[in-house]
Order: sequence, then C-alpha cells, then structure tokens
Amino acid sequence: MFAYIVRRLLFAIPILIGVNLITFALFFMVNTPDDMARAQLGAKQTTPEMIEAWKVDHGYDKPLFYNAESPGLSSLTETLFVEQSLKLFVFDFGQSDSGRQISADIYERMWPSLALALPTFIIGLVTNIALALLIVLFRGSVLDSVTMMVAVAIMSISGLFYIIAGQVLFSKVWHWVPISGFESGWDGLKFLILPILIGVFAGLGSGMRWYRSLFLEEIHKDYVRTARAKGLSEIKVLFGHVLQNGLLPILTGVVVVIPTLFMGSLIMESFFGIPGLGSYTIDAINAQDFSIVKAMVFLGSVLYIIGLILTDLSYTYFDPRVRLNA
Amino acid sequence: MTKAEFGVTRFSWRTQSVHVFTHSWQVRFLTVVLFSCFATLLAGCERGLWNQPYPTEQIRSSTLFSSFSEPPKHLDPVVSYSSNEWAILGQIYEPPLQYHYLKQPYTLEPLTLKAMPQIRYLDAQGEEVTEEGEVVYSEYHLFIKPNIRYQPHPAFVKNPDGSLKYLGLTAEELEEISSLTDFEQTATRELQAEDYVYAIKRMGLRANHSPILDSMAHYIVGLHEYSETVNADYQARIKQDATAKNRFFDLRGYSISGVQAVAPDHLVIRIHGKYPQFLYWLSMNFFAPIPWEAVQFYKQPGLIEKNITLDTAPVGTGPYWLVENNPNKRMRLAANPNYHEDFYPTDGLAEGADPSLLNDAGKRLPLIKEVVYSLEKENVPLWNKFLQGYYDASGVSSDSFDQAVSVTVGGAMELTSEMQEKGIQFLSMVQPTIMYVGFNMADPVVGGYTSKQQKLRQALSIALNYEEYISIFLNGRGIPAQGPIPPGVSGYQSGHAGMNSYVYDWHNGQMQRKTLEEAKRLLAEAGYKDGRNADGTPLTLYFDTPATGPDSKAMLNWFRKQFAKLGVELVIRATDYNRFQDKVRGAKAQIFMWGWNADYPDPENFLFLLYGGNAAIHTNGAGINSANYDNPEFNALFERIKTMPPSEERMQLIEQMVKIAQQDAPWVWGFHPKSLALYHGWYHNVWANPLANNTLKYKRIDPESRFEMQKQWNQPVVWPLALFVMVLVGSIYPLLRAYRNRQSATVRHSDGGKR
Repeated sequence: MFAYIVRRLLFAIPILIGVNLITFALFFMVNTPDDMARAQLGAKQTTPEMIEAWKVDHGYDKPLFYNAESPGLSSLTETLFVEQSLKLFVFDFGQSDSGRQISADIYERMWPSLALALPTFIIGLVTNIALALLIVLFRGSVLDSVTMMVAVAIMSISGLFYIIAGQVLFSKVWHWVPISGFESGWDGLKFLILPILIGVFAGLGSGMRWYRSLFLEEIHKDYVRTARAKGLSEIKVLFGHVLQNGLLPILTGVVVVIPTLFMGSLIMESFFGIPGLGSYTIDAINAQDFSIVKAMVFLGSVLYIIGLILTDLSYTYFDPRVRLNA
Repeated sequence: MTKAEFGVTRFSWRTQSVHVFTHSWQVRFLTVVLFSCFATLLAGCERGLWNQPYPTEQIRSSTLFSSFSEPPKHLDPVVSYSSNEWAILGQIYEPPLQYHYLKQPYTLEPLTLKAMPQIRYLDAQGEEVTEEGEVVYSEYHLFIKPNIRYQPHPAFVKNPDGSLKYLGLTAEELEEISSLTDFEQTATRELQAEDYVYAIKRMGLRANHSPILDSMAHYIVGLHEYSETVNADYQARIKQDATAKNRFFDLRGYSISGVQAVAPDHLVIRIHGKYPQFLYWLSMNFFAPIPWEAVQFYKQPGLIEKNITLDTAPVGTGPYWLVENNPNKRMRLAANPNYHEDFYPTDGLAEGADPSLLNDAGKRLPLIKEVVYSLEKENVPLWNKFLQGYYDASGVSSDSFDQAVSVTVGGAMELTSEMQEKGIQFLSMVQPTIMYVGFNMADPVVGGYTSKQQKLRQALSIALNYEEYISIFLNGRGIPAQGPIPPGVSGYQSGHAGMNSYVYDWHNGQMQRKTLEEAKRLLAEAGYKDGRNADGTPLTLYFDTPATGPDSKAMLNWFRKQFAKLGVELVIRATDYNRFQDKVRGAKAQIFMWGWNADYPDPENFLFLLYGGNAAIHTNGAGINSANYDNPEFNALFERIKTMPPSEERMQLIEQMVKIAQQDAPWVWGFHPKSLALYHGWYHNVWANPLANNTLKYKRIDPESRFEMQKQWNQPVVWPLALFVMVLVGSIYPLLRAYRNRQSATVRHSDGGKR
C-alpha cells in the first residue's frame, strides 16, 4: 500500500503542474499585469510610473513563460510562471497582491468554514442515510411515494430560497436565532444552527434519493434474503447488512469531499456572515489578485487529489477483497 | 438460530418499542432532556434575546453597531484612497485639517493645528512677496497643538536604556502574539511635526505605492528629487537582498528640501507657485502623521507573517483605535484613551438642518465609546437586522426601497408608516459626485467643435431623459446635472442661473427638458435628419460599457430607446472593466458612461476633468479627461482659476467655463446621486458630510432606549417550536405501528388467503 501511495503522489506532480499552467494561461488571457496594477492602485491619479513600480515590486514585470532577454536555461526560469510556481510546491503561498499573508488568511478563515461545513456534512450524511434506510424499510408503501415526491420537490427548489426563507422565518418572524454573524467557540452555536439546518435540508432531496436507490439495489441480493431467512429483524438487516454492503458506492462520493470541506461554501457564508474561505477565491478573481487565485487553485487541486487517494484507501478498509498494488 | 429463537427476537423488539411510550426510565430521561432544553432556553432569555447577535452588555453600552460590505484593502494612510478605507482610517489618523461637521458649504478648520496654516508667498530668491506679486513658492506654516498623544501601542514601549522594547521579537515571543492586544505593555508619545514629515517621506518611496506621489511631486518642493534618491537606494538594497523588502528602511536620514520640521511643533511645507487647493489635501489621510517607531516595529518578519502590519493595525492620534481587525468578519474601534481635547461644534448649523444637532454642543468628543463593524455581504440580512434594531443605521437598497420610502405626488420622499412606527428617521443629501455620459471628442462622428458637431451632441443630450433614468433606475435618488459641478461645491448654481440652456427651458419658475422636436431639429441641422446620414443610412453610434451582467440589461435597453427616439441606432459594446478602461484611455470608445467623486469641494476638482492638458489622448492614457475635451478657451480659463484664491472674479470665470462646456456638450451631464440613510431614533447627531472622514466622534447612541426597543421587537415566538415537537413525537407512533405491521406481515397466497 505504501508503494501505491507513493506512486499516486508522484502522479500528482505533473497534474499539479498542468493545473498551474492552465491557471496561469487563463488568468493572464483575461488580465494583464497593468490591469492588475490598476485594480490594486485604484483608478484615480494612477500614473504609468506607479504601474511600473507596482509590477516590479510584485514580480509581474517578467515575461509569463519565456524570457527572451535571459540566456540559456534562465530564459525559462526567470519567468513569472516558474518564479511563482516553485514556491507553491513547498506550500509557500507568499503575500497576496494587496500585501496580506495568504497562509495566515487561509489558516484564519478555514476554521469558520469547517465549523459550518463539518457538522453540515456529518449531520447531512447521517440524516440522508437514516431516512433512505427508513424509506427502504417502507418501500412500496404510501410513505415511500410521498417521501420521494417531497424529495423531488426539495431538489427542485433553489438553495438560495431555503436560505432566504429560513432567515425570514426563523430569524425575522419567529426570532429564534440571529440572522447572520459568527463567533468562535460555543458562542458560535446560535449562529451556526440555522445554516447547518438549511444546509442539511437543502441536500436532503438528492441525498435521500441517491442512497435509497443504492440500498434498493442491495435489498434484493441473496445475502439479504439469507439474513431474513435466518430470522433477523428488518432493522438489523438494513443497518447491519445492507448499510455495510452499500457503503462502497457511498464512500466514492463522500470521502473525496472530506479534505475539501474547509474550502467553504460561497453562498452560505455570504448570507450568514460566516468569515470562512468560501468567497476567498471569487473575491480574489474579482480583485484580480493572482497570488490568491493561484494559491487557492493549487490548494484545491492538492486536496482533491488527497481526497481521491483517501477514497481508494477507504475501499481497502471497508471491503477486504480490495487490495491496492503499486 | 431456531424458529423459536427467531420468534423471541421479534417479540423482544416489539416489547421494547412499547416501553418507549409507556414505562420506565426512558420516559423519565426524555422528560429530563426536554426540561433541560426548556431551562436552557429560559436561561438564554435571561442573558438576552435568542436572536441577538451581540452580548447584552455590549448592546447596553455606548457602542455603535454598523456594517461593511467589502473589506478594506488597505489601512495604511500612504496608500488608502477608497471611501470604505477612509471610513475607518478617518477615525484613527489625524491630518492637520478637517472639515467642519455641520457647515455648508464645506469649510476647513484646524484639527491638530492651533490655527489654520499661515501662508507666505516667496519669490525665486526666497524673499517674501504679496499674493499678487511674482510668487514662485508658497510656504505653509503649520503649528501643532500641544498634548496630542498617540493611542497606546507596543511600538512606543522603551527599555530602561531608552531602546525600543519590542524590536527583534523572538519566535518564542511571537508564539503568544496574534494581535496587538497580546502585547503586555503599551506606551505613547506626543505628536511631533517630524511625524508629518515622515508621512510625506513615506509617500515619496515608490514601494509604498502612494496614489498621489506623482501629483504631489509637481507641487511639493524637493519631493521629486527626494523620491528619485530614496528609490534608487531602496532598489539597490533590494537587489542585494530580496528579503530586505520586509525589513525596516529608515527614511529619517533623508530629507525633502520643501518639507521641514523647524521645531517639534512647527512644520513648514513649501510648494511651487500658488496652489490654494493644497489646503484641502492637508485634510486627507495621505498627510496624517506616522511615527517612525511604528513603521520599524511592524517591519519584523514574524509580525508580517501574522498579518500584523501598519496596513492592518494603524497607529494614530485620532478619537478611536482599531482593537480588532478581521476584515472578513468584524472590525472594532474603541475610544482612544489618549485622545486630546476636542469638542462638539457649537455653531455652523446648515440652513434647514435639525436644530437638535446642536444638543451636544460643547461636549467632549468622542461621544460613542466603541464601534463594531460587521461584514454583511448580502442586503437581506443587513436590512432585516436593521429592522430588528441590531444595526443602528442602514442604507436603502433597491430591494427594500418600497418598504422603507414612499414618494409623494410632488416627488418628495417620506418614510413609510412601518418605518415611522419604529421611530426610524432618514437623511437624504445630494452627493458631491457626477455620473455622466462622455463623448469622445477625438471621434470623427460624435467629437469635434464645429457648430454642427455641437448640435449633434446637444440633440443627444436632450434625448437622454435623465429625469426618467433617475425615476426608473434610482428610485428618484438623484438630480439631473446641469454642468460638471455638483451641489455643495462652490461654483454650483441652482435654479435658472445654473440651468443648461442647451437642454432645458425655463417655464413657470421650473426647468423643463426641451422637446424631442427641438432635439430632432438640432439633429437635422447637424446633418442627420431623422437620424440618418447624408447617404440615407441610419446614424449608428457605439456605447461602451463595463456593465455586462443581467441587471444591466434594462438600463442598456433604456439607453437604446433614448437614442431610437431620434432615429439613431445605438450599438452597445459591453465588455469587462479592464477592456473598457483600455478603450477609454486609448480614445477608442465613442460614447461611454463614467463618474467622479469629489476629492475636495473646489470646482477645480471637477473642471480639471475637462482640461485639455489632462486629456487621455495627450497623456498616453494617464489623463483623467476621458472625453478628450480640448477647448483652448476653456483651457486658458482653467489655468487662471486653478491658482486663484476664492473670489468673485474666480466665480465669474468658473461660470464662463461651465457655459462653454454646456455649449460644447462633451458630456451628457447626467446626474448627481443622492445618498439616503435610515437610522433609528436612539442614534443622534446624524448629519451627512460626505467630504468629512472623521464624523464618528460626533455621533451619540442612547443604549438603554435601543435595548428596550430590541426587546420589544424580538420576543421569540414559541408556539411553532411546541408544534414542531408535537408533530415529531406524534409521528413516531404511526411509524412504529407501520413497522410492526410490516414485520408481522405474512405472504398471502393466491388461493383465497390460505397460507
């Protein structure tokens, strides 16, 4: 397994270089260093001298991929791409174009994102699985049909509607929780209850339907019939056997997102005033802050790769038949 | 497992299920849990309301609760130039001058000075001459008030030997530090003239990216030379060692010939020629004092890594200091315990202003002890929290306009009954801003200065009905502009005197937009009868805009329709902001929409937008005259008024310039937007002074009144919670019953139900 992990990590290097290359190409296709300087310096009173000084100060005075003025290998190394990419691979994100430390910002903002995303993820997963199993228990009944109709209805409505309706109903009309805000520690609980509930509820429709179909596939298999024949109750059959055997496809979708949880949720965090990472990248794109954009794209790619590796590893844990070979 | 065992198992489960509802410890446990929840809720009531986002103690203290929608990018006065940054910085830093809070028109007064600067005029030899003489230099003498002290700050703490204590922080020491409040000791020192000199020196260092360096280098004697020298030295240092960027670069060894601290309380700034507007610059944060100790303190790598820099943790002498700065969550200002004597104005109430604005006359400032700014990116939570009383003031977005404001038949705005019942008040004021549609005067079709070319632009100016635009897109929050100068700025004339007679007529004591027939006549005289070229093809014009979103579609359609009224076809060229700027700077846009906010309340600050010397086309895109307007007569007048002190003669020249511009019509003059702010009854001394940045110190809160109203408006509604619990509990039994039936169900054979 160790060899397998090493191999996967080595495979990740060209992927990350490729992702970085695409990020550079796309960003500078839309923005020039002059545009970036103007975005940082403001439109008023900006002179060419100021723009030039800003570019030199931030290293944007160099060519993107090929420096014709430098001899030999340095024509490739003395470029924006190489100078700004190399540090990423040792997770040195440096300063944003507005001068803030990116690592410090990420560290500060990841905790609020996690405080929202982790409970939403866990409660959502447990609720979805529990409800899906319940529906499977009553499969073919009126409850099954009604629940599926409700699930489709939940899926059909925009998440934004749940957010605004939730804020209006629970905060504005009934005055149960604050509309928005955030505090760390237990004081933050009252700010998180509503977004977590909304997050769980908004994902209920698709989650229930997906897991229900997975479990229904399992429920007709021979081992289930055997378990019933042995006299196990339906609850034990579902939770003890069907759930365990249905875990593999669940893991495929679930484990991969775990490392990316701290990247946050753009809309939820915006509406509920949660100071997380959700809007970090989009704000940077709007502000033409390339240092943040490249750091976050890189980090997102790394986390996704880690998620995929973790998924593979989890298969071996939950299904003894799976063995990972280098 | 045997058959008997199977039966036992099933029975056993049923028995348990019955127990849940009937007997034993589970019922008691559930009761205890429910009781605990109820007790917790009650305890919550004791502490405050369920939905209150702040601690009760804070609500009941002299704390203002406000919001911000976009985090400030910079809080270093050398580089900050955005209104959202100055809203914070203005409360912390103190430039030499400030605007009187209440006076209209806007009036400068001393802030850290004993009196307004004394100005001496000098000839080339440095001899004093009269204002009317051969003035080569103007010398501004600034005398600083005594006993002005900086906020408590670790940068000023000294060791017994006089050296600064917190320089060279070790990794161990840094481990405990995440903000300025983590330092064990703080100290202060008195403001000195040298601190103002140091601020100007920082402006000269290119690496600080001051937006006004190049314009100030034209005026301040020796700033350009100083900047060249200091930048060369700085670059040489960086070339030797790239990490030097994050280390202290001491500017004290350098000097600017025109900026001298001749005594600890006496600052002299010498500028080239005469530039009366320089006084306005002295009210801006660029000229706020910077203590060198703070710059050195913050240039420690360990602090930079933690985002503790002069750009995030300002050090000033103002009424407040920044206790907490999390730009993604909250910014918190607290009253500066070292704030010098400063009092609420006792006079200067503008005509028509609420007399209660003088209720606190003569009181020591600041009146509010703490200010909490929370990040609110979306309008929905912001508006609802304001209605709940959790924000003391709010703007009015388009979404909530109808709920907040009703417009009377006469066009006046008043609060809706819902707002009035809550005791909410509103304040509306025309901003010193202009939003205009510019014609590229270098364009062969819409540009030019001949009578025919003027008439084309005048016709289009009439057709673009800005009264309609303001009504549809701004909910009436604006007034149509008659020229480049907005209300509140000297040179603006209201009524008939200020009317643009090329677009409006005066009827029954009111301005009326000229008719479309008049516009069509002008268009025909311009050579485009019925909006057609001489060859009969339709006249097609091009409108460049960065407005690409779906929200802009209605507005762009409106523009098309206005031009279509004259038979002119308007092609919209929507593009991203970068490309838009490139096109305007390169004089490649034909028609475009842009705006300008006043830096200072002098007409020169608006008329220079039309000065030929500032034309983008003549300055390689750097000029701010985006329409490339270049009328020699206008230019000559501008050069005269630029250096003239306020006088009747100057006003006459400005009037003449406005008339010239109105006839040439390089802009469709557009509109001056109105700000509209709502505030609760417990929030006092609210007055709109858009040019003053340090107005927070004058505001006052009545916290007990606020707390009472919040309690009244936010009592939790409990019945839905009870209903929800009942439904939840009530649904368990049918589910259990259904499950039991399913468990006990048997396979039914097709032979009449026999097994």
